[in-house]
Amino acid sequence: MRLKLEARPEPSRLMGYLSPLLAALLTIVAGFVLFTVLGKNPLQAFHTFFIHPIRDLNGVAELLLKASPLMLIGVGLACGYRANVWNIGAEGQLTLGAICAGGVALAYHGEESKLLLAPMFFAGALGGMLWSAIPALLRTRFNTNEILVSLMLVYVAGLLLSWLVHGPWRDPDGFNFPQSKQFSDGALYPILVEGTRLNLGFPIALAVVAMGYVFLNRSFLGFQLRVAGLAPAAARYAGFNASRMVWLGMLIGGACAGIAGMGEVAGPIGQLLPSVSPGYGFAAIIVAFVGRLHPVGILLASLLMSLLYLGGEAAQMGLALPSAITGLFQGLLLFFLLGSDVFINYRLRAVRPAVTPAAAALPV
Amino acid sequence: MSGVVPRIELRAITKRYPSVVANSDVSLTAFPGEIHAVLGENGAGKSTLMKVIYGVVKPDAGQVLWEGKPVVVHNPAHARELGIGMVFQHFSLFETLNVVENVALGLSGEPPLRPLAQRIAEVSQKYGLPVDPRRSVHSLSVGERQRVEIIRCLLVNPRLLIMDEPTSVLTPQAVRKLFETLRQLAGEGCTILYISHKLDEIQALCTNATVLRGGRVTGHCDPRKETPQSMARMMIGKDLPHPQRVAGTPGEARLVLADLTQKSPDPFGVRLDDVNLTVHAGEIVGIAGVSGNGQQELLSAISGEVPVRDRKAVVLCGVNAGRMRPGKRRRLGFCFVPEERLGRGAVPQMSLADNALLTAHRYGYVRRGLIRFAKIAAFAQTCIAEFAVKCGGPQAEAGSLSGGNLQKFIVGREILLKPKVLVVAQPTWGVDVGAAAFIRQKILDLRNDGVAILVLSEELDELFEVSDRLAVLAKGKLSPVKAIRDTNVEEIGVWMSGMWPGAAGAAPAHVSERHAPQA
Amino acid sequence: MDAIVPILAAAIAAGTPLVFAALGELVTEKSGVLNLGVEGMMLVGAIAGFAAAAVTGNLWLGALGGMAAGAAMSAVFAVLALNLMANQVASGLALTLFGIGLSAFVGKPFESVSLVKEGTFDIPLLAQIPLLGPVLFRQHFLVYVSWLLFAGVSWFLYRSRAGLVLRSVGESPESAHAIGYPVIRIRWIATLFGGAMAGLGGAHLSEFYAPMWAEGMVAGRGWIALALVVFATWRPARVMIGAYLFGGVTIAQFFAQGAGIDVTAQFLSALPYVATIVVLVIISRNVNTIRLNSPVSLGRSYRPD
Repeated sequence: MRLKLEARPEPSRLMGYLSPLLAALLTIVAGFVLFTVLGKNPLQAFHTFFIHPIRDLNGVAELLLKASPLMLIGVGLACGYRANVWNIGAEGQLTLGAICAGGVALAYHGEESKLLLAPMFFAGALGGMLWSAIPALLRTRFNTNEILVSLMLVYVAGLLLSWLVHGPWRDPDGFNFPQSKQFSDGALYPILVEGTRLNLGFPIALAVVAMGYVFLNRSFLGFQLRVAGLAPAAARYAGFNASRMVWLGMLIGGACAGIAGMGEVAGPIGQLLPSVSPGYGFAAIIVAFVGRLHPVGILLASLLMSLLYLGGEAAQMGLALPSAITGLFQGLLLFFLLGSDVFINYRLRAVRPAVTPAAAALPV
Repeated sequence: MSGVVPRIELRAITKRYPSVVANSDVSLTAFPGEIHAVLGENGAGKSTLMKVIYGVVKPDAGQVLWEGKPVVVHNPAHARELGIGMVFQHFSLFETLNVVENVALGLSGEPPLRPLAQRIAEVSQKYGLPVDPRRSVHSLSVGERQRVEIIRCLLVNPRLLIMDEPTSVLTPQAVRKLFETLRQLAGEGCTILYISHKLDEIQALCTNATVLRGGRVTGHCDPRKETPQSMARMMIGKDLPHPQRVAGTPGEARLVLADLTQKSPDPFGVRLDDVNLTVHAGEIVGIAGVSGNGQQELLSAISGEVPVRDRKAVVLCGVNAGRMRPGKRRRLGFCFVPEERLGRGAVPQMSLADNALLTAHRYGYVRRGLIRFAKIAAFAQTCIAEFAVKCGGPQAEAGSLSGGNLQKFIVGREILLKPKVLVVAQPTWGVDVGAAAFIRQKILDLRNDGVAILVLSEELDELFEVSDRLAVLAKGKLSPVKAIRDTNVEEIGVWMSGMWPGAAGAAPAHVSERHAPQA
Repeated sequence: MDAIVPILAAAIAAGTPLVFAALGELVTEKSGVLNLGVEGMMLVGAIAGFAAAAVTGNLWLGALGGMAAGAAMSAVFAVLALNLMANQVASGLALTLFGIGLSAFVGKPFESVSLVKEGTFDIPLLAQIPLLGPVLFRQHFLVYVSWLLFAGVSWFLYRSRAGLVLRSVGESPESAHAIGYPVIRIRWIATLFGGAMAGLGGAHLSEFYAPMWAEGMVAGRGWIALALVVFATWRPARVMIGAYLFGGVTIAQFFAQGAGIDVTAQFLSALPYVATIVVLVIISRNVNTIRLNSPVSLGRSYRPD
C-alpha cells in the first residue's frame, strides 16, 4: 500500500481556491518550526510577527501602504504572466518610474500645487513602460528571452539611480549624502488618514486592481492574452497577433510598476534615494502567483505579503532576528503554493502493487 | 495446436484510468509464428494493452504468461530481455540524434557504436529495410523512421514483435513491403501482434484476431474467414455507416493557389514548390499524401498563420490574400479545421464557450471590447446540440472531451460560422467510427450548400468517400488533380511517392520506398 | 605586453564562478530541465561555503559545503518541478527569491568575518612559460578544477553512453520513457549536479575570489550564467569562452580606474548586464540557431503514466 499521484479527470476548481490558503497555512507552520529552531518561543514569535504589527490603526495603515505597490505591480505582472510573458524585471521598471517621476518633482521643485502629481504620475508610468519596452522590443524583434533581459535591466536601473543621486541630482545641501532634495509639498501624495502614512496611492492601486479585473476577466483583449499564454498555436490559428500580446503584457506590467515607483517617492520616501524599494518588484511576482493571476486574489495576496514585510521589521526589533527573514518567508510561501498546486490537477490515491510476484507464481 | 506452448498469454487484464477503464478483463493468446491482429477502433484500449505487455503500463489486475510462465514485466528493458520488441504508433525516436545512436539507446548494455552500424546494415539487408545508419533522424522520411524502429527491435532477435498501427503513415505500396517483412519474420517463428483498425489489412495479413470494444473483448476470429461487415460489427457493434452523396454542380472559383512557393519556417520543414490548385463553390477537393510532405506548410499558407510573400499566390473569393493574416482571411469567409485539435483548434484548459469565441468573435460576440458571455454560451450550446457533442455543456473544459466529440465541436463551430471556403485537415484522425461518419456527412452536406471545401487527409478511404476531385502532395509538390471516378487507390498510392506523370525527376521524397525491393 | 597579463589572469579568475554555474546549468538543461534558480543556488552556496570555511577554518571543507548547499537547494526545485510537476519557470524564480532571503538571513552574522586569503597555486614548469604561464597557471586551485569539470562535462555529454541517455531525455522524455529510461530519476541527477556546481561557483566567489560575504554578493552572476548557456548554444567549449569574456567585462572597471580613465563607476558596473543583453540579442536573432541547439523538451513538465 502506498500513495500515488493520479491525474484528475478535470482540474479541481476548489483546489484552485484552497491551494493559496494551504500555502499560507504551511508557511505559518514553517514559521513555527523556524522560530523554535532559532530558540524563540514560537507562539510569542508568531504574535510578534503576524499580530503585533497590525494591532492599531497605524499598523493597519502601514499594512495598506505597503500592500499598495504590491497589488499594483502584481496586477500588472498578471497581465503578462497570463500571456506567458515572463516579466521579472518589475523592480527595475519601478526604479525607472521613480526616477522619471522624481525628475519631474525636482524640475518643479518648490511647486506647492498638488496638480504636479498628474505629470509625475504619467512620467512614472512612462518610465516603467520605457524600461519594459526594451525586453518587449527585443523579444518581438529578435526573439530574445524576456526573462533574462528584464532581469538584467533591474541592475542597470539600480546603477542609473545610483549615478543620479551620487551625481547630477544630489542635494547640494545634503552633507554629501547620496540623495536628492526633499520633494516639495506639491509632489507628495495627500495623506488619507491623519496621523498615519496612508496616502492617495492606496485608492489608486485599488482602482487599478478593479480595472485589471475588467480587463483580464471581461474584455476580449484579456481573453486574447489568456489564449496566447495557454496555447500559442491556437492564438495564431485564431488570428491573434502574438507580438501585440507580448507588447501589451510587457507595457501594462511596466506601467503599473512605474506608477508604484512614483508612489514610493511621492509617498513614504519623499525624495530619491539610492534604493527606492525593498524588493517590491520581486515580491509582486509572488503576489501575482499566490493571487492566482486573478485581481481579487492579488489584492488578498498583497495584504499577506505586506504583513510579511511588517513582520520582518517587527522581528528585527522584537526578536532580534534579521529583517531578511521576510525574504525567507516570501520564498517559502511561493514554494508551498507551487507544491500545493499539484492537487489542482492531481489527487492522491492509495494503491496496492498490481500483481504481486507471489500471486503471479500461483499454480494455474 | 494443443501441444504448442503459447508465446504470450494475457489473462483477465484490467487497467483503469481516473476517467476511463482502458482494459477490462481482457484475455488474449498468441502462438509462435502467428500474426495475431488486435482489432478495435480508436479508444478501444488496444494501445494500453500492448503497453502492458511491453512493461510501459502496469495493469491493475490480471496476469501475463510468457512462454507458459507467469511474468511481471517491470519495464521495457525487461521486456526486451524476455524477447519482446515494440514499434510504437508515435515513434520513440530522437530527432537530433543519428540512426545508430537511436538504435543504441533502445538496446540494453553499452554497445560500441561502430560494430552496431555494421549490424544495422546486416539486418536492414536481410529484411529489406534500407536505411543509412549515419543519418540524423530528422532528415528521414516517415517510412524510413519506421524502419529504424523495426530494425531496433529486430537487433535483439525478438520472439514477439508488437506493431502499433504501423500503416497509418505509409503509402499502399510501402504497406505491402512491410507485410512481406512481417511474413518473413513470422516464418522464422516470431509472433507478431498487429494492432489496427483497418479491416482490409488485417484480412490480408493476419491468421487470428482479438477484437476489442470499449476496453472489453468482443470476439475472437480468423479474419480470413470473416467478411469486413462481420468484423466491423464486432468492432463497433453495428454496421459500418456510409455517408450519402449526391451529384453536385461546382460554381465559381473560391480558393485559388497560383504558383505558391514558400520556404518553411521550420528548419526541419518542407518547402512548398509551385503549388497550383483551384477549389470551386460546391465541390470537395481532397489532397492525399503522407504527413511531412508539406501538409503543415500548405495549410498555414492557406490559413495565413504563415503569410505568403506573393499576395496573388493565395486568392480567396476573388481577393488576393497571400499577405493577409488569419483574421483578415476569415473576414472573407474562410474557415479552417486544423489537424491538431488540442492546442491549435481548441485551448484544452478553456471552456467550450471560450473556445467558440476563439474564431466566432468576429460575429457580434464582442461589444466595445467586452465579451458577451451569454451570447457566446448560447452559440456554443447551439453547436453542441446541432453536432451531437457529448459534453457537460458550454462550460465544460475542451480538454475533458473525447477526441471525437471535440472534433465534432470544432467542425461544428467552423460550419456554424457559415464559411464560403472551408479547409479541413485530417477530419477524422483519431476519431471513433460513428463520429467520423457524422463529420463526413456534415462536410458533404456543406458542399451541397455550395461551399468550397478542401480536405487534407492521410486516409485514402476517407478521401475517396468524400472528394469530388483528388490530388497528392509529395515533397512539397502538388500532383495533377483528377476527378475521383478517373482514378483509384493504386494510382494515388504511386503518386504519394512523388511519381506522377510529368513530375520533375519523378522521384525524390520517398524514392527509397519504391526502390526497397531491389535493395 | 606585460600590462595585459594581469588583466587576462584576472579575467579568468573572475570568469571561474560563471564556468562552474554555467556548466552545471548546461547539464541540467540538457536533460530538459530549466532551473532559473541559479542565482539563488549560488548565493546559498556562497554563504554556506563561507560559513563552513569560517567555522572549520578549512577552505576545502567550505567548498564542499557550498556544493552540498547548492545541491540541497536544487533538490527543493526538483521536488516541485519534477515530482509535483510545478511550472519550471515559476519554481526556478521561487528558488532564486528564496535563496536571496535565506542567504541574507543566514549570512547576517558573517558580514564582518574575514577568511585567510588563499594564495594562487602555481603549477610547476607550466607557470614558467612566458605570457601563458602567468595568465593560465598561476591561479587558484579551483580554477584548475573548473578546467577538469569542463573536460569531464564535454566527455560525458558527447562520448559516454550516460551522456547520450541524458541528451535523449532532454530531447524527448516521452520516447525515452517508452524505451525504458527512468526520465524523472535522470532529470533529478542532472538537476542535483547543476545545483552542486552553482553552489561551488558561489563558494568560489565568497571564499577565494572576494573573499568575503556580503548580502546579494552574487550580483546577477547566476542570471548571467543562464544567459551564457544560451549564448553558448548549449556547448561546453563556448561556455568557457563566454565565461572568460564576461570575466573580462566584470573587471574592466577596476582596470579602467587603475589606468586613470575617467568613466563614471556606475556605467562600468553596468557593463556586464548590458553586455549580457547584447550577447543574447545577437545569438537569439536567428530563431533557428536556438531551435536547432536547445534541448527540445526544455522547460516542459513531464509525467510518466
